Amino acid sequence: MRQSNLYIVIYASVLTIVCGGLLALASEGLKERQQFNIAQEQKKNILSTVITLEDGQDISALYAKDVNEFVVDFQGNVVDGIKPQEVNLAAEYKKSPQDRLLPVYEFKNASDPNKVDYVVLPIHGFGLWNEIWGFVALESDMNTIRGVNFDHKGETPGLGARIASDAAVQGRYRGKSIYDGDKLVSVTMMKGEGNDYSGKPHEVDGMSGATLTGKGVNNMMRDYLFCYENYLKKKKANS
Amino acid sequence: MSETIQEAAVAVEKKSEPLFSKKNKKLITNPLDIDNPITVQVLGICSALAVTTQLKPAFIMALSLLVVTACSNVAISMMRNSIPSRIRIIVQLAVVSLWVTLVNELLKAYVYDVSKQLAVFVGLIITNCIVMGRLEAFAMSNKPGPSFLDGLGNGLGYGLILMAVAFFRELLGSGALFGFKVFEAVGFHYKGNGLMLLPAGACVVVGVLIWLQRSFNGYRESH
Repeated sequence: MRQSNLYIVIYASVLTIVCGGLLALASEGLKERQQFNIAQEQKKNILSTVITLEDGQDISALYAKDVNEFVVDFQGNVVDGIKPQEVNLAAEYKKSPQDRLLPVYEFKNASDPNKVDYVVLPIHGFGLWNEIWGFVALESDMNTIRGVNFDHKGETPGLGARIASDAAVQGRYRGKSIYDGDKLVSVTMMKGEGNDYSGKPHEVDGMSGATLTGKGVNNMMRDYLFCYENYLKKKKANS
Repeated sequence: MSETIQEAAVAVEKKSEPLFSKKNKKLITNPLDIDNPITVQVLGICSALAVTTQLKPAFIMALSLLVVTACSNVAISMMRNSIPSRIRIIVQLAVVSLWVTLVNELLKAYVYDVSKQLAVFVGLIITNCIVMGRLEAFAMSNKPGPSFLDGLGNGLGYGLILMAVAFFRELLGSGALFGFKVFEAVGFHYKGNGLMLLPAGACVVVGVLIWLQRSFNGYRESH
């Protein structure tokens, strides 16, 4: 009986249905908490480009107090009726730059809420193995980089993965500028590590053994900063 | 391995013994020392090398594996009389995957930062030889009670080694324990040994642990 084909087929089917049902139940039940964690992580990443976070700080409260979030289009106009959380950057990244929805996170000035201290722009691209993404924070001159935050899906641990794990790599971007006069040039990570680029505003030291991930980061920065160029122009003209 | 099979046979013979009889207690204590899955059976090495740079992820990984081995052992043991032998490995795999996926979802919901650090390794528990090995060698021929203890014992044996390796790697590699900078706290500047942070450092630590264990309990490889 236990060896008959029919028994085996029925046994396998029942097992699959039971396992599948249990997993679906667990996934539905935990979805809300997981999505909260993901949203929290994103807020943390946005905040950390501008301020140094300490353990135990209330991320949600800080975020709600400091950050004004909205979505712009390629022309730099605010798109109504859509929140940054609803924009899926991985999907937007596949569209042509003119059609992308571009979330913006503005840091309000503590004393004058109409003034903006920093803008944080999300960026998305492709590294060596898989997708990479992050945030670039610009000072109120819309030129100087205040800080960056990168993350990745599958870069090599210890090499390309350093864009996320090594705070020093991210720190190299601080104080660099993305404009050369009126021309948007972005910031380029160079090949080789341990060189001094302190006199060069558009170049940062590279990561040894991870030149291709570095190239991915460069393309991502350039690609997305150009998407935001119209918004940055307007912002500069207004201030 | 031969000891494992003897144990299994013994546990089958006695039908009605208390859960914590002398023999059943051995199911927990043996994997801690003379039948340790990592240092004696040399199973589950890849994750032991990969997740032991710090104590916290190692602890969560050990806990996850403990839950998975114990629960899968019980589930398979309860199903053992109905499983068709021709598809038993696939059935075992399905049950293990079920538990692993559940654990992974729970980690994502409750300890998100650790789950990001462990990333693919929790998923890889499915292919961890310790889990499948215990199902095949023990749960398929024993009652749920002893199977649970066996799973618990092996999970603990794995966790013990994982924590020991992580202890030395975090201490010597980053000068910290559970993220607390030990050397700085006692006013000693310690730069950190980079080798300990690489998988090669784990190989060295596991090797030393095996050496120490064998010189203490006199275990010899039988030919």
